[in-house]
Amino acid sequence: MQKMYSETSRVERVNEKLAPKEETIRFLLDYSMALSVIDYNELKFEALLN
Amino acid sequence: MKASTNTDALLVSAYIEGNEAALSELITRHKQRIYSFIYSKVFDRDVSDDIFQETFIKVIRTLKRGAYNEEGKFLPWVMRIAHNLVIDHFRKNNRMPKFENSGDFNIFSVLSDSSLNAEKNMIKGQIENDVRRLIEELPEDQKEVLIMRIYKDMSFKEISEQTGVSINTALGRMRYALINLRKVIEKHNIILTN
Repeated sequence: MQKMYSETSRVERVNEKLAPKEETIRFLLDYSMALSVIDYNELKFEALLN
Repeated sequence: MKASTNTDALLVSAYIEGNEAALSELITRHKQRIYSFIYSKVFDRDVSDDIFQETFIKVIRTLKRGAYNEEGKFLPWVMRIAHNLVIDHFRKNNRMPKFENSGDFNIFSVLSDSSLNAEKNMIKGQIENDVRRLIEELPEDQKEVLIMRIYKDMSFKEISEQTGVSINTALGRMRYALINLRKVIEKHNIILTN
């Protein structure tokens, strides 16, 4: 019961320094490395290369 | 010039030219602000991560396709994408509102569903059928009284008036009906519980 009342409020949590998970950033960088956009006759094709 | 002193516009240009490290620098520079903005709207770390990821996937695709044309306004542009994705998230969730379980409090500890599940409903139906079959086996006079009392919810006075016997006789027939039912149930080890 005490925990229910003493838990950090949402607003306080927003004020903490929040950052995305390391794996989220890793995924984005890998995605960026793998994504290649190919131009063909004014058309753009996306390809994900591993 | 060090990468960290580059303006966003320079980093964006470098990324479009193929410098992947520029994207890493842009994300590192703005991740906290963008993530906090998303979290301040959705109040859920996992959802915030998902929206953050989706935001940058859009950023990456737009930059790689050469469709970005807001030089010098990188952060407001990314924030707008994040904002739109937050709105999309709420639109999706409004169709199916969810209760957020947090910490020690579980909503299911105070919400209960008293209705029987499908299996228990079937068992209940089977038990009621078994009881009806057992009642069918009773002598006619006992069966008549029991059905009037239990299924038709009649008082013993009404039963005595309808059957033309005294209240005491009706009571006696009911008593023997129950005794006989119990005997059959015990004899055949019939289980009548859900």
